[in-house]
Amino acid sequence: MKILVPLKRVADPDNANKIKVIAGKVDTTGLEFKPNPFDEYAVETALRLTENATNTKARLGEVIVVALGPKELDTTLRGALATGADRAIRVDTTDDALDGDLVARVLKAVVEKEAPDLVLIGKQQVEGDSNQVGQLLAEYLGWPQATFAGSIKSEADKALLVSREVDGGTLNLKVTLPAVVSVDLRIVSPQGAKSMHTAATHAYPEGVRFAALMAIMAAKKKPLVEMKLAELVGDASLKVTYGTAELPPPRKAGIKVKSVAELVEKLKTEAKVL
Amino acid sequence: MANTLVIAELHEGKVRKSTLSSITFARQVGGTFSILVLGAGAKAAASEVVVFGAAKVLVADDASLKDYVCERFAPTIAAVAKGGFDTVVVTASSYGKDLAPRVAAKLNAGYAPDISSVHVDGNKRVYRRPMFAGNAYGTCEVQTPVHVVSARQTEFTAAEPSGGASPIESVAVAAPDAASARVEFISLEQGKSERPDLGEARVVVSGGRALKEQFAQVLDPLANLLGAAVGASRAACDAGFAPAELQVGQTGRVVAPALYLAIGISGAIQHLAGMKGSKTIVAINKDGDAPIFQVADYGLVADLFTAVPELVGELKRTVA
Repeated sequence: MKILVPLKRVADPDNANKIKVIAGKVDTTGLEFKPNPFDEYAVETALRLTENATNTKARLGEVIVVALGPKELDTTLRGALATGADRAIRVDTTDDALDGDLVARVLKAVVEKEAPDLVLIGKQQVEGDSNQVGQLLAEYLGWPQATFAGSIKSEADKALLVSREVDGGTLNLKVTLPAVVSVDLRIVSPQGAKSMHTAATHAYPEGVRFAALMAIMAAKKKPLVEMKLAELVGDASLKVTYGTAELPPPRKAGIKVKSVAELVEKLKTEAKVL
Repeated sequence: MANTLVIAELHEGKVRKSTLSSITFARQVGGTFSILVLGAGAKAAASEVVVFGAAKVLVADDASLKDYVCERFAPTIAAVAKGGFDTVVVTASSYGKDLAPRVAAKLNAGYAPDISSVHVDGNKRVYRRPMFAGNAYGTCEVQTPVHVVSARQTEFTAAEPSGGASPIESVAVAAPDAASARVEFISLEQGKSERPDLGEARVVVSGGRALKEQFAQVLDPLANLLGAAVGASRAACDAGFAPAELQVGQTGRVVAPALYLAIGISGAIQHLAGMKGSKTIVAINKDGDAPIFQVADYGLVADLFTAVPELVGELKRTVA
């Protein structure tokens, strides 16, 4: 199976509460860039779907990672190559020249060049939190979509059984490839995603795999090609533009109560929620 | 003048209450709006939404829409939208989030996702939306003639009936996407619970990993007493102490009840993203430095295994 995984980097999501807004713009100075967590889960899923878990070094298929952005994104792409992806594509552009719709249209052009069987993408990137590119891409390609996947099982690499995490439960779909699947966090649980080559009983370690030092060195030699946005789409106009940002209104400072009795008293007389 | 199409969400033959948030959005935008109810059994459900002042309640009722498959629903929504609507809104539930981008792409429309408010100034409309897990708000404008919007349920209060009786009109079900031949609905598995839905509950009692195997044993009496929905942190779900559908946060549900009780939850950013909008937040945790206390209105540093039963007892004694 040939799988394409779009990647983005984001300001350290575990310190998102430290971002500032300066002159109406979000400022992430001081926060380290990290791969978007949901995209990392998509890479891990792609690796799981193209291997037999008893030998994770041999790729039984191909995993291509693609990013849109400036040169610095090569680091993010190399990181994915080090964990096992085969090659990388970077479409040279900047974040402020993009909206979700343009990202989807660029990815469509990349998909048409590469003809993968599957696009695996994080359900959302955790800066914009828009949750849209996978769905837009599926429509532009005329492919089926399965969003918010919490588990995937391959049926002979022709179809996927996808459990979607929806409000109040799970919705199970079978999609025949090619398709677009967006992943949620439980996809990287021990039983989350499994290829046709891996024993049904196999349990992966929780989370995403890390690259060994040797693999990081080897990844430097893996192919990474740069493409120009203008070569992929003729119309780079944006459908949505962003204006000023602001911090959320601060919450009124809370208090610590000393006892359960005091808590109940406050909830009754002060908050009036009981 | 705006003309908005509100997409209703059906669940077990009834219009989900979350739809009322999209009606509120349509009223705020002004002009006129209609409500599209689609799904098998939509005809019967349509009467539930005739009292909100919609110009029309449109019904697409067909056996092919029995189970939700985006590739079957989106074409009908897009076809109806093309009949003179400039805005399409759906509530940002998992249904709305799956559906809205596909509809936007069909309409060649810009999509404003998961918005928390709309500001209308003449012909200009500015949408405000949470970003960075709720740690910043951005404003955006849609540059296309047609706007597709998903509205956050917790930020748009449920519309109240305004009386009258909107006429109900049947609309044609459009041909499904060619891709629908490659999607097969297998099943929808839902946790059975007598409790209110997490997104609609006035009180949410949420538990973390600290509850261990006693998750339900400790929280159920409190939730029962308060008529609350039960939520959980990611850690509690991952450890298997609570089912995944209870998760509150960036993965899982976004809630904003009148009262949110965080029991043994440390307060990771991804969890705060799903509950920071709650009116009153109570945290009970034995670690006084846990980040949850930074957003809590009332914090109690205590062992939850003694504090929660004590809270149940105190509530029974003083409130019930």
